[in-house]
Amino acid sequence: MRNSFVLVGLLFSINAFATTPQELLKQYEAQAKQEIPAFTSFSADRGASFFRAERTHSDGKKVSCSTCHTSDPRNQGKTRANKVIEPMAPIVNPQRFTDAAKVEKWFGRNCKDVLERTCTTLEKGDYIQYLVNIK
Amino acid sequence: MKKWMQFLVLITSITSTSALLASGGMIEGGEGGGSQMPPVSNAKWKAECSSCHMLYHPGLLPEKSWNKMMAGLDKHFGENASLDEATRVEITRFLALNSADKQDNRRSSRINQSIPAGAAPLRISETRYFLSKHDEISVSTFKRKSIGSAANCVACHKNAEKGDFSESQVKIPR
Repeated sequence: MRNSFVLVGLLFSINAFATTPQELLKQYEAQAKQEIPAFTSFSADRGASFFRAERTHSDGKKVSCSTCHTSDPRNQGKTRANKVIEPMAPIVNPQRFTDAAKVEKWFGRNCKDVLERTCTTLEKGDYIQYLVNIK
Repeated sequence: MKKWMQFLVLITSITSTSALLASGGMIEGGEGGGSQMPPVSNAKWKAECSSCHMLYHPGLLPEKSWNKMMAGLDKHFGENASLDEATRVEITRFLALNSADKQDNRRSSRINQSIPAGAAPLRISETRYFLSKHDEISVSTFKRKSIGSAANCVACHKNAEKGDFSESQVKIPR
């Protein structure tokens, strides 16, 4: 009996976090519509240039998303501490963009690391759209 | 009376010899009384502290160092490694509970002893213990592509994430 309670609880907790990239995009879309009156849709092209856009960090180093994720999101990347980063493109890594909290956590960290500011909803949506569209 | 004294001397010498042998065996074998760090486990520590770098055993730094590290995660060796508050608190507690100054294994104690009272280093590689243990490794060796930096213990100590840094396991990659 106790076991079945645990099992039911586990199923609920998994459901609470699991999502799909499409659902996640819809959430960001709803947010973007609220924030930007002129918003129409996310753009994979804008996402692609965002992914590769290199800027000079205040520490003097050139950085971009592709510094760690490589320029092809189907590839494994590498952290500065030599640890493998699994590919960002869901086509090769279906785990990507299936956990909303995880996505927000990493946008929170990496936007500050690369851009030294938070990312806008438009940037986040474009970024996910770009990666989701990769075949 | 004389026989009783002889007996005492005999017993004393036997016990001290065996004690000496036992301690000698421990140093050479690196087993028993704890030369290696004990296995520790916490799901959040494992998940959060190993997504960007290898998983460092809590016994590698004293509590004061872990506390300082966990209080500055927004600037973690130049990167933003912020955690939500509940996770941060849980991991900090776990690290403190198993830190070098709470361990009775020899390596943790020596690391801890090599750190001056007023210091709370964040880099294990800056402790006197680490430096003395790696004094034969050149800067260029640490910079090899297969190693990266002195922070990448697992490059040479394959069981580093389990807290095993025994000399017999060391293999320096080309």
